Amino acid sequence: MEEILNHMRVSFDARSVNEGLARMLVAAFMTDMNPTLEQMADVKTAVSEAVTNAIIHGYNDEEENGQVLLVCERKGRELTVQVEDKGVGIADIEAAMQPFYTTKPELERSGMGFSFMEAFMDRMEVTSVPGEGTCVTLWKYIAEGGEK
Amino acid sequence: MDVAYQIDEETLVVPMPREVDHHAAKVMSREIDFLIDSWHVRQLVFDFSETEFMDSSVIGVMIGRSRTMEMYRGEVFAIHLGERAKTIFHKSGLNKLIRTDFVGNGR
Repeated sequence: MEEILNHMRVSFDARSVNEGLARMLVAAFMTDMNPTLEQMADVKTAVSEAVTNAIIHGYNDEEENGQVLLVCERKGRELTVQVEDKGVGIADIEAAMQPFYTTKPELERSGMGFSFMEAFMDRMEVTSVPGEGTCVTLWKYIAEGGEK
Repeated sequence: MDVAYQIDEETLVVPMPREVDHHAAKVMSREIDFLIDSWHVRQLVFDFSETEFMDSSVIGVMIGRSRTMEMYRGEVFAIHLGERAKTIFHKSGLNKLIRTDFVGNGR
């Protein structure tokens, strides 16, 4: 059987109001894969974490002219979501991934963003260059007909 | 954002929005702190019955408000948690910090 391929690439302003937009876009993109409600919620939560990080950390809480790039790809039953910013970057990725580690306690950030992305997706990869930006890639296998 | 807070005696009920993310959390935390300060709230109740989505932003809102309530020696509760909310409470450890056994304000 031929694999179904699909691709989406959207760029939007680094404003908190667009966190919901990003979730809606990804949810609409993956509808075609017939996911369960739980799989859909998992992906939406992970994307929300990544986009929020880009806005708060990458662009230092809604920096002007900041753009977040959202790329979704479907290859057969596998969904790949990439969230990229051209912001400040992460100096120590290992530290950033530790649960409850945050550089923005004053904004009441819990430091659970990366932990949630890891928990709700199958795999996560983070690349970052200080001063140039960060790219988070998330993978999830969506079983046929909503099977686990 | 359109949130109808309910205050009855010393109990403040906060109807959580449909989507609890960083965008919603920003405004909410400030408003709730203001209400706790002005109304001598002793019991703070987060009502999740309308909530369909949440991410880790909910953790900051809950822990931050717990600290505010600690200063007033009050208590924080979460009610009407759906399956999704329970998962998130469990993964973040919120289930150990926030009570879910609210039974009313004793009247």
